[in-house]
Amino acid sequence: MRIAVDFDKCKSNALCMGVAPDIFEVRDDNFLYVLQDEPPESARSLVEEAVRVCPTQAISIVD
Amino acid sequence: MRTVAVVGTSLAGLRAIEALRREGYDGRIIAIGAEPHLPYDRPPLSKEFLAGRVDTADIVLRKQGVDDLEVDWRLGAPAAALDVGARELTQADGSRLRFDGLVLATGASPRRLANQSDLDGVFTLRTLDDARALRERLDGRPKVVVIGAGFIGAEVAATCRGRGLDVTVLEALPQPMVRGLGPELGAVIAAVHRDHGVDLRTGVQVDAIEGDVRVERVRLGDGATIDADVVVVGVGVVPETQWLEGSGLTIDNGVVCDETCLAAAGIVAAGDVARWPNALFDGQLMRLEHWTNATEQGVHAARRLLAGDDVAEPFAPVPFVWSDQYDRKIQTVGVVSADADLHVAHGSYAERQFVSLFGRAGRLIGALGFNRPRQVMQYRKLIAERASWDAALAVANV
Repeated sequence: MRIAVDFDKCKSNALCMGVAPDIFEVRDDNFLYVLQDEPPESARSLVEEAVRVCPTQAISIVD
Repeated sequence: MRTVAVVGTSLAGLRAIEALRREGYDGRIIAIGAEPHLPYDRPPLSKEFLAGRVDTADIVLRKQGVDDLEVDWRLGAPAAALDVGARELTQADGSRLRFDGLVLATGASPRRLANQSDLDGVFTLRTLDDARALRERLDGRPKVVVIGAGFIGAEVAATCRGRGLDVTVLEALPQPMVRGLGPELGAVIAAVHRDHGVDLRTGVQVDAIEGDVRVERVRLGDGATIDADVVVVGVGVVPETQWLEGSGLTIDNGVVCDETCLAAAGIVAAGDVARWPNALFDGQLMRLEHWTNATEQGVHAARRLLAGDDVAEPFAPVPFVWSDQYDRKIQTVGVVSADADLHVAHGSYAERQFVSLFGRAGRLIGALGFNRPRQVMQYRKLIAERASWDAALAVANV
């Protein structure tokens, strides 16, 4: 599983960080950092939830 | 259950449908929508869409399409009546359908002013069709008057200023959003508008929207008039429950549900139309008109529909709201209230970068951030954990 973020769409609402802080981090510069581009398969449902809660639909899973 | 009907095909309805399939429900799903469009995303309507930076194809919800959900879409004819006892819905075009399970997600509609005119050039903004019509009119570089300085009014004003238009915002209260945020934060929001060239007038009453065929001016309570080519009315919304009068459900500022989102046996509600006691806030009745809640509650309501009564879980989220205005990102989590204890951290009002914490009875209940998403999300977690006010202040003052 690979995570893709469209940084043109990302508005740093940090909801993804709320769901999966080990994978997504919004830092004090207000930019999103993806800590794990290719998280383990065991994290799939968590990443799917992060995709769903993103208000700008900026996150996608590239299989 | 063999047939689930979902009434309302915006975000909450779509998220409920996705959750039903994800949870393994393989029966029939019939989706009834008042609008002719497949589910689309509303927040961009007052921002990027109105600005002309994105178009219809960009705001489709569920980019991968909806075919895999196997839904019988019945769009363009709103539900007109519900018979709870007979488990039957009637659409505005007269067609009827029986269901075993029902998701109510009909959302809300813009509130109208008591004296709102139907003159050409007077708009409310809720639907894609509203946004298209307004955007087309903005291309003519009109003078814009926005009535109401809440979220929609503020975003429309910001977008219009971004397009270089002349904008006046009229607000009945002494400061924008003062009821929820209190006078200090209201003043910060007022200053942001004025810094961006909005003619913001607070504490004013709108007496009349005047014109011949087209709108020409807005007349205020003190007799003053403001020239207008376009008037956008953003004075809140009312839940879409009129069609449920007499259905047997409890309707009181929304469809009243139990703490699990159940409105009656086999009937759940989600999104702007649902009102339920939030167990995380001592059972305070909530009806939330925001994107994140539509997503979270749509999922929860679908699961509730499939779950037995003995295993149903309460829906107890920390509300989350965001609004992008000019270059500021405003986010609130939990309950923000003008009469709560207030503490400002992580910056200051003067910097326009801060988090205001809201406390009540020794507990952290809410936070509002200006350009502080990281910290706001940390406080969301603390609120979910029922953190004390002292614990929150300790985090704030590190």
